[in-house]
Amino acid sequence: MSGRILADLGADVVKVEPPGGEADRLQPPFIGDIENADRSIRWLAANVNKRGITCDLGSPDGRGLFARLAAKARIVIESAPPGRLRELGLEDALRGAIVVSVTPYGQDGPLAGVPGSDLEVTAASGSLWLAGEEGRPPVRTAQPQSPYWSGMYGALGALVALRAAEPQRVDVSAQAAMTTVHPPAPVWWDIAGEEHGRTGPFLLGRSNVGSRFRNLWACADGFVSFAIQGGPIGRHTGRMLAEWMAERGSVPAVIAAIDWDRFDNTRLEQPEVDALESAIEPFLRLLTKAEFYAGVVKRKMLGYPVGDARDSLADPQLRARDFWRSLSPADGLPPLPFPGGFALFDGERPAVRRPAPRVGEHNAEIYSELGIGTAELSRLRAAGTV
Amino acid sequence: MTELATRPAAPARQGALAGLRVVEMGFAAAGPLVGKYLANFGAEVIRLESRLAADVFRTTYPPFKDGIVEPDHAGMFAFYNDGKRSATVNLKHPKGVALARALIDRADVFVESFTPGTVARLGLGAEVLRAEHPELIVLSSCNQGQTGPHAFHPGYGSQLSALAGFVQLLGEPDSTPVLLYGPYIDYVAVGYGAIAVLAALERRSRTGLGCTIDLSQYEAGLQFLTPSILEFAADGRIPGRAGNTDLVATPHGVYRCAGDDRWVALSVWTDDEWRAFREVTGIDGPATASARRRARAQLDERISAWTATRERDDVVALLRARGLRVAPVLSISELFSDPQLAHRGMWPAVTHPTIGAMHVMAPPFRLSSTPSLQERPGPTLGADNDHVFGEILGLSPDERRTLDRDGVFQ
Repeated sequence: MSGRILADLGADVVKVEPPGGEADRLQPPFIGDIENADRSIRWLAANVNKRGITCDLGSPDGRGLFARLAAKARIVIESAPPGRLRELGLEDALRGAIVVSVTPYGQDGPLAGVPGSDLEVTAASGSLWLAGEEGRPPVRTAQPQSPYWSGMYGALGALVALRAAEPQRVDVSAQAAMTTVHPPAPVWWDIAGEEHGRTGPFLLGRSNVGSRFRNLWACADGFVSFAIQGGPIGRHTGRMLAEWMAERGSVPAVIAAIDWDRFDNTRLEQPEVDALESAIEPFLRLLTKAEFYAGVVKRKMLGYPVGDARDSLADPQLRARDFWRSLSPADGLPPLPFPGGFALFDGERPAVRRPAPRVGEHNAEIYSELGIGTAELSRLRAAGTV
Repeated sequence: MTELATRPAAPARQGALAGLRVVEMGFAAAGPLVGKYLANFGAEVIRLESRLAADVFRTTYPPFKDGIVEPDHAGMFAFYNDGKRSATVNLKHPKGVALARALIDRADVFVESFTPGTVARLGLGAEVLRAEHPELIVLSSCNQGQTGPHAFHPGYGSQLSALAGFVQLLGEPDSTPVLLYGPYIDYVAVGYGAIAVLAALERRSRTGLGCTIDLSQYEAGLQFLTPSILEFAADGRIPGRAGNTDLVATPHGVYRCAGDDRWVALSVWTDDEWRAFREVTGIDGPATASARRRARAQLDERISAWTATRERDDVVALLRARGLRVAPVLSISELFSDPQLAHRGMWPAVTHPTIGAMHVMAPPFRLSSTPSLQERPGPTLGADNDHVFGEILGLSPDERRTLDRDGVFQ
């Protein structure tokens, strides 16, 4: 993912895979459920905008090729176990480049080299501790998130390192990356000595008297995100909710009794919160996600439907901003909508320029750029190096 | 663009971003944390704020030290704004706006995270600023972007994480979705915001031109959900909640251990790993991955029974000794004593003038020769007024007294 982000920004990113392709090409799910090196959805998502070559780092010739390629690179991104580059004798070849290393726990320390997948690093980061229903097991996001966080911080580290005088190592730990994703929990422990835990659909940390507020509610066709809030916009939201309830019938007494100009959610005791939420719950249950969203937008209230992939693709805001970029992910496959670049730079969205490379797709092109002739390339192919 | 004479003095250890000046205005996390990362690597980050409308992290969001709801007791602000300077300026006063403008004119980067249109109404919009200083980089970060039908719809990170689709992916399949605890998507936007600023600086070093960056926190977050969107578009399936199951690994779950609320996370990815797991635990099950996936429920039951009587850390040590993937589900307090995070200096200790001894958070990536420098927590309100208005803008003490009397530094 680090490379994907730099490629999105216009960098020429070359993916180096072992002959036959890397194992991650076979991670499910697959487009059309057909298991194939060019159809892994997660792999394709991480590798658009890159060029790709194969190179056997297990052979001396392969390591020689890699060294020639690395000599021309400003940034080299790798995710081998700590120490592997030294074992391969590649450290010298990388001295001129910023080397971004992404591993589960980092390059050194007591857990360096300990294996871990998304689940384990998320567990070791505190993120799992905070996600799930009270009393039930902690749960992880069904689409693995730590590769994205680690990749984002790897790209950020590389760009910081580009500003320094000398090339250096950027050591990304997936555990540490996932430790950054759940404020305010660390602050509650550090400043107030309070340990936050799993609260299901409730938000903690918005009260000065320890109350919690429901943030996810069932509606007619799914769920919506809404909460009793304070501050100017929160008070406006409450006032508008009361008006909306009046338009659709009647305002429950506990809501009608509130003076929204003076409302302060941080001082509400839990029974007061519970009473308000019981009055709101039947109102939201009758609205569809679309009705709810139209209603909150019209009234400038805080709140959103709980979206999914279909909702995202239909979202008028994203369409108005020309967010989606259509691209055929591989030869012979119909185009799919990829999220476009993550920001607009002087009004322009970085393009999704090219599909993820097929195995060794750019061997001839890139090895030729390195000054390797067709005869030598044929020899390397025959030897299985490429 | 900044005159050399007004640059910050070089610190003893130079960060990779030393010499860079950033001016920042905005609320809460999504804008300001961009400045935190830049400050951690040596940029001079000046937070312009007002006593009349201070950051919600100073006024509203607990925890506050000793429960005292005052801007300089606010934990969230102190924790996530480390290394910055604070200067107060009243943007409702024309002279306050002029001071902000003068300061931004001496900066390399301006970061703002107000509602779209706010800085333009003040006369501090990117077009105006860059007309005279085309080399300036302006990052505007907001919920849904500067344009479009929902640009002015208010929102905040916890709810935007729901809209984007993260919440829909978290929880048990037979139950309701659960929150990702907090404003998850804000921190995605922080990373992408810092990346955007640094990429623009890289381009400026080649072209001399700055950049106006429009970052929608929603669009940044959707980058992390690309596979879910592609899966729906390609095959018509809407990815949803799946508990802790995985498409490849079985077992793959979180299991209760002895003690109160103690859990272990473990996963088995190959048949070799399964053999090792079976040997070390004595838990029986199918030898092939596809059969294990079919037997998932029984396997989870057997593993839960095995872990229930064992100490979490014993399970971790036993399985790690065999090279298996396992980790304790660390609580938040345990993060502060975890040996691996401690080794990486994840929580630098600092002293705050009113809060006292506290910690801040290190970037999750370490740079070998220009490491992050984290010696100061988030500044108290207006702590650097003398430095900013005296040294950088060159206002005399008399001028500052007059402006202060007029309420310009409120």
